[in-house]
Amino acid sequence: MNSAPLLSCRGLEAGYGASQVLFGLDFDIQAGEVVTLLGRNGMGKSRVLKTLIGRLPPRRGEIQFGGHAIHRARADAIARLGMAIVPEGRQCFPNLTVHEHLIAFADNRGGLGKPWTSRRLYALFPSLAARAAHSGNQLSGGEQQMLAIARALSTNPRLLILDEATEGLAPVIREEIWRCLDRLKAAGQTVLVVDKYVERLVKLADRHFILERGRLVWSGTSAELDSDRGLWSRYLGV
Amino acid sequence: MDAIFIIEQILNGLGYGLMLFLLAAGLTLVFGIMDTMNLAHGSLYMAGAYIAAQVHQASGSFVGAVLAAIAATVLVSWLLEILIVRRLYPRDHLAQVIATFGIILIADDGVKALWGPSPLLASMPTALAGPVQLLAELPYSAYRLLLLGAGLLVAAGLYLLVNHTRIGMLVRAGASNRAMAELMGVRVDRVFSFVFALGAALAALAGALMGPISAVQIGMGEAILIPALVVIVIGGIGSVRGAFIAALLVGLVDTAGRAFLPPLLRAVLPPALAADLGPALAGIAMYLLMAAVLILKPAGLFPARA
Repeated sequence: MNSAPLLSCRGLEAGYGASQVLFGLDFDIQAGEVVTLLGRNGMGKSRVLKTLIGRLPPRRGEIQFGGHAIHRARADAIARLGMAIVPEGRQCFPNLTVHEHLIAFADNRGGLGKPWTSRRLYALFPSLAARAAHSGNQLSGGEQQMLAIARALSTNPRLLILDEATEGLAPVIREEIWRCLDRLKAAGQTVLVVDKYVERLVKLADRHFILERGRLVWSGTSAELDSDRGLWSRYLGV
Repeated sequence: MDAIFIIEQILNGLGYGLMLFLLAAGLTLVFGIMDTMNLAHGSLYMAGAYIAAQVHQASGSFVGAVLAAIAATVLVSWLLEILIVRRLYPRDHLAQVIATFGIILIADDGVKALWGPSPLLASMPTALAGPVQLLAELPYSAYRLLLLGAGLLVAAGLYLLVNHTRIGMLVRAGASNRAMAELMGVRVDRVFSFVFALGAALAALAGALMGPISAVQIGMGEAILIPALVVIVIGGIGSVRGAFIAALLVGLVDTAGRAFLPPLLRAVLPPALAADLGPALAGIAMYLLMAAVLILKPAGLFPARA
């Protein structure tokens, strides 16, 4: 991991009005890594993601993504540089069909040799193929989640961000999402995950960051996190 | 009241409905995507009518006049969007309504300065000035048939554009969830500029086509803006399909109300009361329709937003 990181945050501070919610965050993500952002509810995980995707402009600090400074960039410009988010709540478009979700934003922003086409995405999520002509709001929660992931992948992003992607899903569907992430990791996709299933994240991810009240309080590998259960009870409420 | 009269009124209602659709399609997309209320849309309709009438008079070519009206109005709308409307996106609806109402007043004065206060005479193309024999006892204005054909053709084109092209997908995505569309990398501001120009072209087309069968006069944009707003509320904000269905409904209800209500009331009420009540009830028929739809479907027939 000696090459320049794909994503680099330095001294990141953000807030709403008079209240500051992120305090001097420094972290990097290398290309090909799967990284998680952990912490209890309200510790600032979603705010970090909002800052990265251009929805909460930082007050101080820098964000470099793929060699571009993006801390003052608009959300759509950041997306075109290759950052794709699977947002909390899925946010599938009710007036686009499943197939339209997969072709409307299709691009090769990561410059992949074997890009995600709609055919490959249907192979990744076979249940979407059977629902290709249905609208985004006619799907079950699990199918909407798969669609939100497939929609993000259709842009062939450099960095895929998942915000609580398994929340509210049945265990069997949740496991399908984890298997999909395993496959993406094996294919070399860089992923940043925010989720609460630490047991499963330890198996999936390479590295982890723990947030506590807007500050990064710990970072380390899966092996380090797995071996220190004190961290789990102290910071993750597990 | 015979069958011929009823068929004639249905055709009139459909024609009026299709013209309303041309106006409402742009309005609903602009409001749906950018959450921007543009009352000046009616002024673009007026611009289309005046320019077409003027060019037709000067050149003798009706097709050329319609095309010139569309081109000039799109140019005006482009300036309007860059200079004023773009600054209104982040403002609240009240600011948008006040500012675009101001544009209406300026546009009305501008038209008065250019063409004077009197209505302009817009003539039909000579070839379409007479009637066509639709049925043995049903002669119908050839020009009104052109209106029907043109309206249906544009509606079909718009349907294909919105439902079967990539830009159409992006327009729909932006209309239902602008923030998510941006997160997918869509330049929603560019999509909006496209939609604004398209809306202006459709409004100009409606104005140019309606000119010969209605008065080309100052304030014509405001008069038709109200039913167009009723259409987008009934159809569901941001939905072109909803605007199409609602425009036909409003066109039919409004025309039927004006044609059938007064004679029906005369049959059951004293003549003096019927004479007062008939036009008044006909005038509120479309609002009653809107109220009925909103009671059953508060977000309109086909809301674009979740």
